[in-house]
Amino acid sequence: MSLAIATGTIRASREDLLMRAGVVAVVAILLLMVGLPLWALLAKGFEDADGRFVGLANYAAYFATPALFNSALNSFEVAAITTLVVVPLAFLYAYALTRTVLPLRWLFQGIALIPIFAPSLLPGLALIYLFGTQGFFKALVGGQIYGIKGIVIAQVFYCFPHAVLILTTALRTADARLYEAADALGASKLRVFFTVTLPGAKYGVVSAAMVVFTLVITDFGVAKVIGGNFNVLATDVYKQVIGQQNFSMGAVVGMVLLAPAALAFAVDRLVQRKQVALLTARAVPLEPRPKFARDAFFTLFCVIVSLFILAIIGMAAWGSLIKYWPYNLSLTWANYDFEKVDANGWDSLLNSIRMAVGAAIFGTALMFVGAWLTEKTRGFGAVRGLVQLLAFLPMAVPGLVLGLGYIFFFNARNNPLNFLYATMAILVINSVAHFYTVGHLTAATALKQIDPEFEAVSASLKVPVWRTFLRVTVPICLPAILDIAIYLFVNAMTTVSSVIFLYSPDTKLASVAALNIEEAGTTAAAAALCLVIVGISATVKGLHLLADRFLFDRLQRWRRR
Amino acid sequence: MTISTWTRRALCLGIAAASLAAAPAFAQKTKLTVYTALENDQLGPFKKAFEADNPTIEIAWVRDSTGVVAAKLMAEKDNPRADIIWGLAASNVGLMAQMGMLEPYTPPGAKDLKPLFRSGKTPDTWVGMDAYLSVVCFNTAEAEKGKKPKPATWADLIKPDYKDSIVMPNPASSGTGYLTVAAWLQIMGEEAGWKYMDALHQNIAQYIHSGSAPCVQAAKGERMIGIGLDTRGASEKTKGAPLDIIVPKEGLGWELEVTAIVKGTKNLDAAKKLADWAATKKANELYADTYPIVALAGVAKMPANYPADGEKAMIKNDVEWMSKNRDRILAEWTKRYDGKSAPKAK
Repeated sequence: MSLAIATGTIRASREDLLMRAGVVAVVAILLLMVGLPLWALLAKGFEDADGRFVGLANYAAYFATPALFNSALNSFEVAAITTLVVVPLAFLYAYALTRTVLPLRWLFQGIALIPIFAPSLLPGLALIYLFGTQGFFKALVGGQIYGIKGIVIAQVFYCFPHAVLILTTALRTADARLYEAADALGASKLRVFFTVTLPGAKYGVVSAAMVVFTLVITDFGVAKVIGGNFNVLATDVYKQVIGQQNFSMGAVVGMVLLAPAALAFAVDRLVQRKQVALLTARAVPLEPRPKFARDAFFTLFCVIVSLFILAIIGMAAWGSLIKYWPYNLSLTWANYDFEKVDANGWDSLLNSIRMAVGAAIFGTALMFVGAWLTEKTRGFGAVRGLVQLLAFLPMAVPGLVLGLGYIFFFNARNNPLNFLYATMAILVINSVAHFYTVGHLTAATALKQIDPEFEAVSASLKVPVWRTFLRVTVPICLPAILDIAIYLFVNAMTTVSSVIFLYSPDTKLASVAALNIEEAGTTAAAAALCLVIVGISATVKGLHLLADRFLFDRLQRWRRR
Repeated sequence: MTISTWTRRALCLGIAAASLAAAPAFAQKTKLTVYTALENDQLGPFKKAFEADNPTIEIAWVRDSTGVVAAKLMAEKDNPRADIIWGLAASNVGLMAQMGMLEPYTPPGAKDLKPLFRSGKTPDTWVGMDAYLSVVCFNTAEAEKGKKPKPATWADLIKPDYKDSIVMPNPASSGTGYLTVAAWLQIMGEEAGWKYMDALHQNIAQYIHSGSAPCVQAAKGERMIGIGLDTRGASEKTKGAPLDIIVPKEGLGWELEVTAIVKGTKNLDAAKKLADWAATKKANELYADTYPIVALAGVAKMPANYPADGEKAMIKNDVEWMSKNRDRILAEWTKRYDGKSAPKAK
């Protein structure tokens, strides 16, 4: 059967045509959300300030500056170090969550996600409270936190949940029979790890590495708060766009930043070709059995990682109650009176919640259906490849490049969609586009692990493909679907770089407000607002975990023996 | 619960949430979209005071930092969304005037303003509101710990006493940074100016991507000395920071905040009303709550903790020279200090 799919000998049925139409629709939507807005800005790289075409003149000017090479090297260095630290840590953590008997697993699962509940401002502030000139543990970092040390620590904190999310999905689906067979054949644990566990999770590991690497390359916020004089490519974009309003040069650096993403895309395609379906129709899910030494080790590991995360949040929480750091450490609730520091007060939080709910619903549906169509449509390789390319792009683009692109594209006089500009809808669309990649990867990872035989059997039983989708695919992937929705919700709550160009008087967001408050020097109030955002996201995640326990249990029970 | 009822419920939830996200109701008054980089705590009082005098107009603020607002305005150039700019740096607005993005208009009150606060065009492309300065913020508590003397001049700042303890805005990412550098080059002359910055570079701990952050960092003791926006220094001091605001004897770089009507506004009449009001005595008194130097002569109010000698120290700033030489100076600055600064941070 799978042979027939691979060689494409089956004639396209009506259903195939319908699915292909679906793929085309997804391409069109992604072009509107990602491709065209990006091009609207990147095209400026070939124009001068007055909009005349100048060919590659801007590129020549940019490559002639000595600072470029330095920034590129710095970006690469920080991204490589962060990836090498985060991926092994996240793998062990995800392994502990999925393959060992962990006490309070739900708690560790929740704690791992805390960093994405927080605007990226928060780790920066916390690290300064902890390790800055006036910090309590200044001696620990041996001198200045500002610079590469600070960036790496903050990035590890910030990227960890992204990697855990992808790797948990990759490790969650495993066929117990493979392990039983390995056991029966007397394979050593190490051998089982390298021949069964790792190959099964390979796609996830590579995806996680690519996601972390590009996240670090494109992130500007952390470098701005704690980077000191350590220049990276993303700060170069900021200098051009915000510092000098030079969109042409900003576009040039933005284009340079696409290079790592192009690489990530190529690597992903390569690995993907070798990924095999893990969850065959006859698969039996792996239920970890207690093993004292292993479980103790992983519990200790998770405790240490969790303490690190909680320390950073705890420091910010304490900082939010301080009257005037570091000269008046008495405590007060006054910093939570946001009316005093921002005219919108608490309203911005309501706007953020509305946007996040919108992004979670609209985004999850689009990402999952999009990934499903891409994975399950037969033939039509080129167009499916286009979906994957467009899905990869957003990760590689700094938010401010995407945000400006949205202005140029959606505010154009001749764009029939320009009624969307300055509405809540455009904020939702922008957030979905900005976080498309990880959601798509999560969905694709989950879908790849399902045996195509499910569809084959359905097809031979003359069950329409959409019914298989609703009755089989969605329930199997429900954990991943909920993960994507939560991921979108929490990221929309914290995103700044892109939406900062797009909010209107009625749609000011809490994350933007926090940034403005911090810029005004009211650090404690900024920390306070960040913590309220963390609280909202944590509550939503808590509800998710509850839903997971009941819903997931019901829907997945059939998979057990 | 079967799956289909579950999906149905999810769908209902989705519709409910989508309607939650729908746009709020419209107001009947003329809604004037005002782009601004004013401080957050100024917005409330400014809006209230203007609307009290103009009850048919309602201000809707779009507020962010100078760079973001300027970038947004320029990106929206072909289809402007702002009706009027109220509180943005003159250097940015001047550039927009050159690009033909502004609706020239001289409010009746403009004739009484100090000449410095006019665009020099007839009718005016923009009208000034207040001036802010790039000063030295000095943390006395940290200085005491290290037994460091208090500086009084720019020349003092290159003393080895202050090694790695000064922060200033990066001129490539902050307008305040650029006006500071341009002021040194104008006071000292180009050659001596660059030599001064070479020496100062030894004492700089960090070039920050923000004009307000240096004084905030000095206020919080992250660094001993911050070169940056004066108002932020004053407000931090009011909040309890052990901070001295120093006006170096050689003179100061400065920048204006201005009002300008955006060309193509659909609410031109309302925008003119705001431009008129922004040049009145009442408005200037409001500006004077935050800024020591305002456009209208004779408004003698001083914000708390502000140095009295600020206005006298303003250098004779050649704005045209500043904008003409901007690319060249930034390129030279970046070559000298920005590219090289990274290894030091490790």
